[in-house]
Amino acid sequence: MTAVSTGAMSPPGTEPDADGIVTDDGTVIPASELIVARNWHPWRWVTSIATLVVVAQFVHGLATSPGWNWGTFADYFTARSVMLALWLTIQLTFWGTLIGFGLGVVLAAARLSRNPVLQVISWSYVWAFRSIPLIVQLLFWFNIGYLYQTLAVGVPFGPAFFEFNVNSVINGSTAAVIGLALHQAAYSAEIVRAGIIAVDEGQTEAAAALGIPRRREFFKIILPQAMRSILPNATNEVISLFKGTSIVSVMAIAELFYQVQIIYGRSGRVVPMLMVATVWYVVFTSLLSIVQFYVERHYAKGALRNPPLTPIQWLRRSFNDLPLPPRGVTK
Amino acid sequence: MTETVELVTSPIVHSRLAIEARGVHKSFGANHVLKGVDLVVRPGEVVAILGPSGSGKSTLLRTLNHLEKVDAGLIRVDGELVGYRLKGRKLHELSTHEIRQQRAQIGFVFQNFNLFPHLTVLENVVEAPVSAQKRPRSEVEAEALTLLERVGVADKVHDYPRWLSGGQQQRVAIARALALRPKVILFDEPTSALDPELVGEVLEVIRQLARDGATLVIVTHEVGFAREVADVVVFMDDGLVVEQGTPTKVFDHAEHARTREFLSHVL
Repeated sequence: MTAVSTGAMSPPGTEPDADGIVTDDGTVIPASELIVARNWHPWRWVTSIATLVVVAQFVHGLATSPGWNWGTFADYFTARSVMLALWLTIQLTFWGTLIGFGLGVVLAAARLSRNPVLQVISWSYVWAFRSIPLIVQLLFWFNIGYLYQTLAVGVPFGPAFFEFNVNSVINGSTAAVIGLALHQAAYSAEIVRAGIIAVDEGQTEAAAALGIPRRREFFKIILPQAMRSILPNATNEVISLFKGTSIVSVMAIAELFYQVQIIYGRSGRVVPMLMVATVWYVVFTSLLSIVQFYVERHYAKGALRNPPLTPIQWLRRSFNDLPLPPRGVTK
Repeated sequence: MTETVELVTSPIVHSRLAIEARGVHKSFGANHVLKGVDLVVRPGEVVAILGPSGSGKSTLLRTLNHLEKVDAGLIRVDGELVGYRLKGRKLHELSTHEIRQQRAQIGFVFQNFNLFPHLTVLENVVEAPVSAQKRPRSEVEAEALTLLERVGVADKVHDYPRWLSGGQQQRVAIARALALRPKVILFDEPTSALDPELVGEVLEVIRQLARDGATLVIVTHEVGFAREVADVVVFMDDGLVVEQGTPTKVFDHAEHARTREFLSHVL
């Protein structure tokens, strides 16, 4: 801060001084020793404290209300039946994601191809599977045995090599996986397509001009760049699929949500059992978010000069930035 | 592929020209961009193509490596038909794989560099010789490092393209084209996207290539550079080659009024 040099502007008691400022009591502070005071934000303190009180009440309520019945929660949180149901939920999510995104990439490639038949088929698939509610699709697959009693592999419209019974192949879980995956594929296809068309056309051109083979161009040049915009949306999809598996409880498949319903149906302890499911959903969703962070960080290379800090790096830096006295200094 | 193109029956010179374009036509919808262009480049020659924007010079360059398909006419590079095979009296388009194999022998440098942003400088240069020409990676890497040193970015080989200045990026792009050991190199306005103070360093690299005897076709607005480096200057306007010849002939003794008018604006 420098002293004001125009005499007329100076408030009474302060004399303009070339090297500093004169205070009310007449002492002169050199400009180099003037410090900007930290502002005191009283309302920030008030609102923070008020909010923390509300949060504390909420947590207190969670911890003390007998209705939550945390004892029951603890008994069932890692119970064998719950663990098996959780495992089934994870499997449904895994296969739904794997088949869904696998088919999604194929559909996106078909839609972007120059073959008009493939384009139309891909478009129609997405149209159809986005239009039918998931629960209707699931019930349809669950009841596929009513439509077709046998499936056969053979020449199209010609003789069959072998046949099998539909109901022996498509049980509840396979119907659930098929329903979830086909539904997922429609959404994945659009997400993958959006990522691919977001890549600069110059990249395709450069690859073509250099003679890089088509398949290599797609997997080495285009897809890694598309991944940057695909990933946030794809993680959204995986997370919503993970929670969305609860919808297959309508088909009496013993996934997590169905299982807790069974248990509270027997014991009547609805709230603690819902909390068991909730906490497991939150735990796995959080894990997926962490995976997302690292995968995104991987695909950001080259795009950002400094990749975002990992949580560990962030903690370490925040700790180093704390206004602590340097080591070895005592008061 | 069933796409065929009517062969223009003009007398074909069978000597080994570096590039030979005869009667090239190209339309984008109703827009007739190339209206029967002829262009001949001899091995070791440096050809500069000048002309107002919209005259078709970039389109012509892009037809030379089949980035644009011609509607009629023929293009040969080093005696080999580009993009087509002659069967009977019709040209049949080559398969995607065959076209890409051909393109690997024709270097192309873009106005906007088009480096692969997720690959390091070295990976950018190594990618095509390994994946398109199936050369051993170690050999290609050694050659790539030499090339990157030649274009003056030896200290940036492990950086990503976005960390480099425009001039450095374009020099990497030139090294990337050279790594394929091309028979000719095509430059599409290589300095138009650069800040003025970075133009010189890219032109210096191209000048060096010209001195080393490479066959170059350069679409450019740098008239001074064209006069200095080019053996042949081609002036295009409205989809046709209006005038061509030595720099002295085109710049100082232009025959056509259209050429003189264009040069009066840019010189």
